Amino acid sequence: MTNKTLIQISDELSAGQYSSREITQDIIADIRARDAQFNSFITVSEELALEQADAADARRAAGHAELLTGVPFAHKDLFCTQGLRTTCASKMLEDFIPPYESTVGQRLLATGAVCVGKTNMDEFAMGSSNENSYFGAVKNPWDLNAVPGGSSGGSAAAVAAGLVPAATGTDTGGSIRQPASFCNLTGIKPTYGRVSRFGIVAYASSLDQAGPMCTTAADAAVMLNAMAGFDAQDSTSVQQDAADFTAELNQPLAGLKVGLPKEFFGSGLDPQVADCIMAAVKQIEALGAQIVDISLPNLELSIPAYYVIAPSEASSNLSRFDGVRYGYRCDQPEDLMDLYCRTRAEGFGKEVKRRIMVGTYALSEGYYDAYYVKAQRVRRLIKDDFARALAQVDVIMGPVAPTPAFDLGSNTKDPVAMYLEDIYTLSANMAGIPAMSTPAGFVNGRPVGLHIMGNYFAEAKLLNIAHQYQQVTDWHLQTPTSNTAKGA
Amino acid sequence: MAWEIVIGLEIHVQLATKSKLFSGAKVAFGAEPNTQTTLVDLGMPGALPVFNEQALRMAVTFGTAIDADIGKHSVFARKNYFYPDSPKGYQTSQMDHPIVGIGHLDIQLEDGSTKRIGVTRAHLEEDAGKSLHDDFDGMTGIDLNRSSTPLLEIVSEPDMRSAKEAVAYMRKMHAIVTTIGISDGNMAEGSMRCDANVSVRPKGQEKLGTRAELKNINSFRFIERAINVEVERQIDILEDGGTIAQETRLYDADKNETRPMRSKEEANDYRYFPCPDLLPINIDEAYIDAIRNALPELPDQRSARFVSQLSLSEYDAGVLSASRALADYFEAVVAVCNDAKLGANWVTGELAKFLNQNNMEINAAPVSAEQLGQLISRIKDDTINTKGAKTVFEALWDQTGTVDGIIADKGLKQVSDMGAIEAMVDDVIAASPKQVQQYLDAEVEKRGKMLGFFMGQVMKASKGAANPGQVNGLLKNKLDALC
Repeated sequence: MTNKTLIQISDELSAGQYSSREITQDIIADIRARDAQFNSFITVSEELALEQADAADARRAAGHAELLTGVPFAHKDLFCTQGLRTTCASKMLEDFIPPYESTVGQRLLATGAVCVGKTNMDEFAMGSSNENSYFGAVKNPWDLNAVPGGSSGGSAAAVAAGLVPAATGTDTGGSIRQPASFCNLTGIKPTYGRVSRFGIVAYASSLDQAGPMCTTAADAAVMLNAMAGFDAQDSTSVQQDAADFTAELNQPLAGLKVGLPKEFFGSGLDPQVADCIMAAVKQIEALGAQIVDISLPNLELSIPAYYVIAPSEASSNLSRFDGVRYGYRCDQPEDLMDLYCRTRAEGFGKEVKRRIMVGTYALSEGYYDAYYVKAQRVRRLIKDDFARALAQVDVIMGPVAPTPAFDLGSNTKDPVAMYLEDIYTLSANMAGIPAMSTPAGFVNGRPVGLHIMGNYFAEAKLLNIAHQYQQVTDWHLQTPTSNTAKGA
Repeated sequence: MAWEIVIGLEIHVQLATKSKLFSGAKVAFGAEPNTQTTLVDLGMPGALPVFNEQALRMAVTFGTAIDADIGKHSVFARKNYFYPDSPKGYQTSQMDHPIVGIGHLDIQLEDGSTKRIGVTRAHLEEDAGKSLHDDFDGMTGIDLNRSSTPLLEIVSEPDMRSAKEAVAYMRKMHAIVTTIGISDGNMAEGSMRCDANVSVRPKGQEKLGTRAELKNINSFRFIERAINVEVERQIDILEDGGTIAQETRLYDADKNETRPMRSKEEANDYRYFPCPDLLPINIDEAYIDAIRNALPELPDQRSARFVSQLSLSEYDAGVLSASRALADYFEAVVAVCNDAKLGANWVTGELAKFLNQNNMEINAAPVSAEQLGQLISRIKDDTINTKGAKTVFEALWDQTGTVDGIIADKGLKQVSDMGAIEAMVDDVIAASPKQVQQYLDAEVEKRGKMLGFFMGQVMKASKGAANPGQVNGLLKNKLDALC
């Protein structure tokens, strides 16, 4: 079934070419046969998946099938799944089985989609290479020496390898878009508040947002239709009517105003990546768009501000992992302090501990104003930058990351170099605007993604642009095994 | 040296909301551990808080009742600290933008004067769970039923100058929160508890002394005692040339002493920051006005009405308006017996005594206001005398019958038949020649006292039912006639 799109599978299920049980069994067998090389799954959920598949087949037989009924997908292992282990790729939650399902999970299950398992990720979504996993690094299906990106690296690798047609991801500072870029996928981070965070283990609450990772923009639109919507259980969920993200896919791009921020094309950008992006922009211009030079003057500040705000929130969000109620507990604690210290020292990985410490420091008395309050001010500046730019243009384009996927191990010694990977993606989270990545070429056999950012609630517009671009290009149809296109 | 005592109180009031501050779990006292909880109260990964609007209404109601500034933009903040009964590793509270700002409260001092105590702020926050140390073989059990229960923390200015003032302030606060119906005020169940910041300074000195914070005091009696022993401790140290350490102390009621909390129980840096899971609360003037206009009669207003309409003394009016339940009870008694003075006497006297002896709140009183009203009516219409009424009250307390039923069963109906009383008086005089002689031999001014013996004998003969006024008059006439 390798590399079928989600819509293709949906059509074939409708046509009765196979049952949901059959394709679910095939997919699970395929994961078992091939995933050892990618390490993209932490847990495969055969029993639950087959139950869901049988229910989907019964539903189809009864004539109540929806687009996603019977279609298999995978969850990033940050989404709580009822009765199914949810690890966050951490020793801390190695054996944690949630008693409840995330809102996104409930919505997907309600359409009849079938969850085949939980994908690998950077521990607690902290990382840009998927090397920070208690369950081992994920390999990029395009090049097993390369990272798949992070933190949703397992979801990206699983879809890119053709193991599943779609997977959920979360994006706090680029964690959907950057792995989508590195693995030649279409991935979208919606407007903050579009998708409920309830049941998704929090990293940085004011930045976290879930979205789909798929092969095509049309698939992503179908997935997002199921995932998005107001949820009374998430106070930051936006009270908007459910949108149909597929509705505008076929709109022509004539008259579209595209802004290219000069800060996205500075000295840090790999020239070959820049060539890919400019070629893509040219093609979009050829579709009728008008290209405008713009500026986001505070872009550079997004890195220091993000690395204050996100760790601050994380230091508090991760306090609940204390060995008292669930999750890992150290052996034979001597007293309460020993329980806390050893549980957390042993249960969390290095990067998680680094960010907890940074955040704890930033929030502490005497430093709070200098770090946290100042970072919030910077956040406001970045928001204002986008507001100004998006008053001028409809969407903003640029690279997702400064480079294509880098080699495994090449950035692990230097956390700051790793943080610089996020330069182009962080600002969308800081501002809360939607942003996506769509395949736009290759550099030395490694994929490059085009970054499209828009105004609040403009997801349908972004998907429309990506879809139109995908109608005139075939980058998104390349697979690691079929790929012959090298260079842009 | 003369010392001045300076006290500020932080009162925690548990709000009587149906569900918790950030979850739909019921607020219930005494349930099986961990049964009144949701994913949110358990601090499950991925669970998110949703603010309970009823708590907001209650907080704003309180703010309008103490004439305080209401925060039109208030923000929840996380107070980060590790403790086993804090399931998220932080408490959701308010820091920079509380829902209630500066307000005030008037207390009545013993000399009858009124003193205004400043309220600095009041903010909403969630309660923690409880650690249970028994029955776990050296381990600790955690009960999260109380987790996320809504609290209003009311912080006063350091305006109180004695333990008695602190108690008066606490009582007044109790009266207000129960009157406006935002809390049941049940101190035994922890619905209202306080921390007291206590310091002393030489009289006349401007600068405040170093304070100690006395934690978690949960009765009016303990507030007074805790503050007094702490003041004594501080003065002793200062008079011996020592210095006071700024620290948190616990009051041990059994030993009647305060002692420092172990330093581990003290967190130093709570790393407050705005909670990113909750939106700021924005309310407008109309919202506040609607709540202000719906305020019930407040304790001060009710007390003033008791004085002006019912002619009660200031003291009785103050006591009876101290809680909404008590004042409601009193007014229901008066509605039946139509005698405010007698009603006040019985409610603050016999009823209060029985409640105290049984450690009971007014709501739990087995004698209803209607019954007490009927009982007082029977005194007023001379059916029974006061002594008989006390017997009836005791029987009512034991729930052994109705007012009239008990009077009939116990034969307490007062005998006012002049002939019957006269016969009993004659019998007693005839049967007590020795005492009659002593009465006649006594000096006139001492005879009044000696009448008591004869009174007792007649009342005994009537089984307490004779009208004491009539007996007294008859005895005096008959004995004096023998002289």
